Amino acid sequence: MRFAFDEDHVLFRTAVREFLDKECTPADIRAAWSSHRGWSADRWTKLAALGVTGLTVPESHGGLGMDELSLVLVLEESGRAGLPEPIVDTTAVGAPLLVEVAPDDLRERWLRAVTAGQAVLGVGLAGLPYVDHAGSADLLLLQRGDELHAVPPDQVTLFEQPSLDRARRLASVEWEPGAGTLLADGGRAAAAVESAFDRGALATAAELLGVSQQLINLAVEHARHRVQFGQPIGAFQAVKHMLADALLKLELARPVVYRAAYSVARGMPERALDVSMAKAYASDAATLACRVALQTHGAIGYTWEHDLQLWMKRGWALAAAWGDTAWHRARVGAAVLPVP
Amino acid sequence: MDLDFTPHEEEFRRIARSWLEDNVPAAPPASMDTAEGFEQHRAWERELSAGGWSAVSWPVEYGGQGANLIEWLVFEEEYYRAGAPGRVNQNGIFLLGPTIIEIGTDEQKARFLPPMASGDEIWCQGWSEPDAGSDLAAIRSRAVRDGDDYVLDGQKTWCSRGAFGDWMFGLFRTDPAAERHRGLTFILVPMDADGVTVRPIAQLDGETGFAEVFLEDVRVPAANVVGEKDRGWAVAMATAGFERGLSLRSPARYTETAGRLVDLFGRVGGTADPALRGEVVQSWMDAEAYRLHTYWTVSRLIDGGAIGAESSLNKLWWSEMDVRMHETALRLLGPSAELVEQAPGAVDDGRWLDGFLFALAGPIYAGTNEVQRNVVADRVLSLPRSS
Repeated sequence: MRFAFDEDHVLFRTAVREFLDKECTPADIRAAWSSHRGWSADRWTKLAALGVTGLTVPESHGGLGMDELSLVLVLEESGRAGLPEPIVDTTAVGAPLLVEVAPDDLRERWLRAVTAGQAVLGVGLAGLPYVDHAGSADLLLLQRGDELHAVPPDQVTLFEQPSLDRARRLASVEWEPGAGTLLADGGRAAAAVESAFDRGALATAAELLGVSQQLINLAVEHARHRVQFGQPIGAFQAVKHMLADALLKLELARPVVYRAAYSVARGMPERALDVSMAKAYASDAATLACRVALQTHGAIGYTWEHDLQLWMKRGWALAAAWGDTAWHRARVGAAVLPVP
Repeated sequence: MDLDFTPHEEEFRRIARSWLEDNVPAAPPASMDTAEGFEQHRAWERELSAGGWSAVSWPVEYGGQGANLIEWLVFEEEYYRAGAPGRVNQNGIFLLGPTIIEIGTDEQKARFLPPMASGDEIWCQGWSEPDAGSDLAAIRSRAVRDGDDYVLDGQKTWCSRGAFGDWMFGLFRTDPAAERHRGLTFILVPMDADGVTVRPIAQLDGETGFAEVFLEDVRVPAANVVGEKDRGWAVAMATAGFERGLSLRSPARYTETAGRLVDLFGRVGGTADPALRGEVVQSWMDAEAYRLHTYWTVSRLIDGGAIGAESSLNKLWWSEMDVRMHETALRLLGPSAELVEQAPGAVDDGRWLDGFLFALAGPIYAGTNEVQRNVVADRVLSLPRSS
């Protein structure tokens, strides 16, 4: 039993963090918000050069061939930085889904493109009503009943569903399944959908850890410097205790998410249970961190001008995406509780 | 990362399980907070010790097995799985023991550790005083050097296991001119020394789990000082770190409670408020999260990391989780929740009510949770100190 990351996991995380500190500032996020597609092709190319876009792509298709243990640390960093690029749908969910069910030619073509930073993927599962980045995806992986399809963007009709997080570009997707787009059906499709969903929930949970950490960091920084009643507000117990509670939730969520990453990477039989616990914990941690960070900042945190909103809005959005706490807790309950 | 137990760890688990199955008493002993129950628990400590299981993480030469922290967690899991009795000497084995192993002299190790492991000497705590609770640095009980001895005077209170314990460890002021946490010394006191008067205090459940201890011209040898004179605060913080952190409350205790809560839900949940279903699942997850967090922390320690102020996060989590789990159980029981063990209608012999009362002490002892939140804010988040 050794519940710790290996050195190569940590080294890769550090490289990603250093990159994002320089290349993904609050000004960059705001630029993405007001851009046409919500993210930067230039930064996506640089992420590809770093190996991030193809992190989950097997080496035989040009990628790094790393597993979810590396991925969660990278996603924690993307959450911390507020990265607008479609890394969850493309790298965490879409690429492994293609590995699992796509025929050789399709797999080779798209995984190479993802690794090179020349393509992004959109994922639409039946239980999730909106597809993120649907308008800029080069290929949409869509479920209908017991079928999975790989659909080119010119064969779908999109209805934009703007999110409060302006880097999330959600849409409802209308499309007609056809023999030409079919990837898998029956039990094979069902299994692929289940693992895709768990990958998406895990990836979102990992991003929420980073979002929560950043919210706490911003709030602590503010509490150290904002002076009222002649002292920094962080010296008041009411503020201290609120921030301690936010940190407590985050620190307990962290190993829960890491264990889920291990379960997904190793294909453990408890994968779904572990992922649901991770998403429930990470969503709760982020929800509290949003609330506490805003309250600590006071009115300045309630403004458009202050950067706090960039992470609060990501936190609120992701807490509800890929299954909210109630949904995931119910899935844990179904696995754990006896029928009364 | 490897979340499977090694063959060595599995073998350790098998041996522990087999010993516990053969030796755990079928009928639980009386409460350790009664004179009769205290001696029954002492007898169990002796049995554990004879089997080599009373202090598994200690070095072999002092009665332990030299087990690492993972093995210790495995042992705790088996201990709770077996439904074995509470540890009457936990103040000694889990708090003072590790402190002496870390900073005691060789003579102190040889003198105090073996009878601690064997249950021959059971320890109580001497931290709080009438005017020094959360504000522990306000301690006024004093120790004055006289030849080879210290002479102690003062009053300690809320001494856990104080009613029947054999020895007490605590902090005493040795430099009356020093302020606050300076000038305190960590001293070991035999409870049968002349001048020690014990007044047991009935707790919320009516039993005498703690006591007031009055000290009047009590002479103890200077060799009973742990660490340096006037530097007792650091020794106490090391001890308190063990208490708040890992050693006092291993996760097995809570995963076992969560398992019983799930079982209770299976029996009575059909008629309960549907909202309670979510609470039961949350309890199960909270215990599991604590287990994962502990393995995560222990792996870091084995890799050479240290546990500092983060141990306050542990204490906040286990103490508040324990209260929530028992509140949920009592809500599931509805009108039967108030029934004590003797009531014919009591579910599970009134165990949930006992557990509830016990859990309520958690956010108070080992440093109140308000103090723990201050520690987290000041020392983990580096927020400015209150002026």
